[in-house]
Amino acid sequence: MDKNQWAYSENVKKHFMNPLNILQGPEEDYKADGKGMVGSPACGDMMMVLIQVAKNRISDFKWKTFGCASAIASTSALSELVLKEGGMSLDEAYKITPEEIIKELGGLPSNKIHCSVLGDKALRAAIDDYYEKNGITNPFQEKSSPVVCTCKNVTEEDIRMEVLEGVTDFEKMKEATGASTVCGQCEEDVKNTMKKYIDQYYSDDIYNPGE
Amino acid sequence: MSHYLDNNATTPLHPAVKEAITQSLDYYGNPGSMHQQGRVAKQKLDDAREEIAGFLGATPEQLTFTSCASESNNTMLKSVSSQDFGFTPHIITTGIEHPSVFNTAQYLQKRGIDVTFLPVTNDGIIEIASLQKALRKETVLVSIMHANNEIGTIQPIEEAGELCSQRGVFFHSDMVQSPGKIPFSLNKMPVDAASFSAHKMYALKGIGALYLKKSRFKNFSIIPLIHGGHQEAGLRAGTENSLGIIAWAAACRVMKDEIDTEIAHVKSLRDFFETKVTEEINDIVINGGNAPRKPCTSNISFKYIEGESILLRLDMNDIAVSTGSACSTGSLDPSHVIMALHDNPETAHGSIRFSFGRENSMEDVERTIAALKETVTFLRGISPLSP
Ligand SMILES: Cc1ncc(COP(=O)(O)O)c(C=O)c1O
Repeated sequence: MDKNQWAYSENVKKHFMNPLNILQGPEEDYKADGKGMVGSPACGDMMMVLIQVAKNRISDFKWKTFGCASAIASTSALSELVLKEGGMSLDEAYKITPEEIIKELGGLPSNKIHCSVLGDKALRAAIDDYYEKNGITNPFQEKSSPVVCTCKNVTEEDIRMEVLEGVTDFEKMKEATGASTVCGQCEEDVKNTMKKYIDQYYSDDIYNPGE
Repeated sequence: MSHYLDNNATTPLHPAVKEAITQSLDYYGNPGSMHQQGRVAKQKLDDAREEIAGFLGATPEQLTFTSCASESNNTMLKSVSSQDFGFTPHIITTGIEHPSVFNTAQYLQKRGIDVTFLPVTNDGIIEIASLQKALRKETVLVSIMHANNEIGTIQPIEEAGELCSQRGVFFHSDMVQSPGKIPFSLNKMPVDAASFSAHKMYALKGIGALYLKKSRFKNFSIIPLIHGGHQEAGLRAGTENSLGIIAWAAACRVMKDEIDTEIAHVKSLRDFFETKVTEEINDIVINGGNAPRKPCTSNISFKYIEGESILLRLDMNDIAVSTGSACSTGSLDPSHVIMALHDNPETAHGSIRFSFGRENSMEDVERTIAALKETVTFLRGISPLSP
């Protein structure tokens, strides 16, 4: 039997078996400039990201997770990406998308994509925390996402996040966000927004295990 | 060398089964045909049916072969929606059934049938008092599994069956995980119907059976899921899977002699395993540990860590197990069985099932304990939940 026939790509396996930049020792001993904690044990995954910031760049990135192989591998890959060449600027880091990480990993099965978005969510939370702690106005949070469903004030970003969580069915989206549950006029817009992100995240070329 | 500890999912073929298969490849005749080839195939089928029935403690006429136990369970439950009772029928089942009962019952619920899912104790056992409370005059079917596939707990089928028979309610049990794994015979069981599957006892996948004590019941009819020819007394159309049935009979023939040895063997492995794991790894819960259990099954929740990660790291060490974590299935919900026990998603996400079989050795157990210790230490080291 070939044990190299793994459920995930070689790169996922590498990061999963030997994850990079794990926080060693107690959290108190690490001088974090920002901390992000997202997810919950109830959902089956939880992520903590700690960052140190120097001259608007992320000079160090440490993390811990309660999560599956995809969560572990994608956060390891994310940390490597962020720390490359002396560390990304906060601006670049804030804009990292799940696709970039998935590409870095050499693909993920589509039902695993939701597990892989935790790392970059936690990273953004850590950057937000850094700004808040230092009393700096957060330059990123302002850019609000366009509203798709006006009755329920559901934004394009809300829909994108749900798609990443695996909500790809219109009825389920209505349940999850409340979008299109009042006047129903936005139905086409919601469907089109969903389609845009479904195509982006769940197209066949992303699912590419084993390289 | 690989260490296969997933015998509740499916089992490797017994050598005697492989031999029977090779010897039977040329019985290609359709058992329904009148010519020689057909008659030979029919004879083999009849012999096999007798062997399997004998092993299960039934008579040959009581067995209807199906394509799998999922089909047997579906036939059973969907019979309720395929007949007219003159009122809205009510079904009672449990919260820890295999998906082929659990999801089918949920499907029927959506179609307007009343369903009660009995709760279980923290140890994964239903209480007869709650069954008693749930029974109504509209209850037409009670379906309670015998040995649970995920945690191995054995339900009080005798009491449940007695109660149903007193109340005149049809009683079915999913007994897939019992034959060959615990001392077992249908002739002592107060059940009207039961489901079985060959691949859990060293035979082939794709063959199951529905046991029906009688061909007719007073208030309840079994309605075929697959209509067509007159095979299986009209209860299940389709040319019989002769090879699957012959292979299953071969498994029954050897298991008759080997069952006592096997039960003692897997029990000693499982007990040693659990003793060691308890000694060497802290913060664990043995799911169903205080209840009567199949001696081949150990289901353990490891706190602070997630099951798919454990499974995959063990897989890298050539150890095969399964998990109740959502992440292994692609759904977002963890095992409904472990949730029914603890109502704690974290415990469910961190659960691993180790199930032993005839081919396992002490070496498998020792290698697993070593790899498990290393895996749990590593994953707890990177978990923000670890104390
Ligand atoms: C308790 C139980 N019931 C039913 C089944 C379904 O059996 P089959 O694979 O033959 O459909 C299984 C096995 O997966 C099982 O463990």
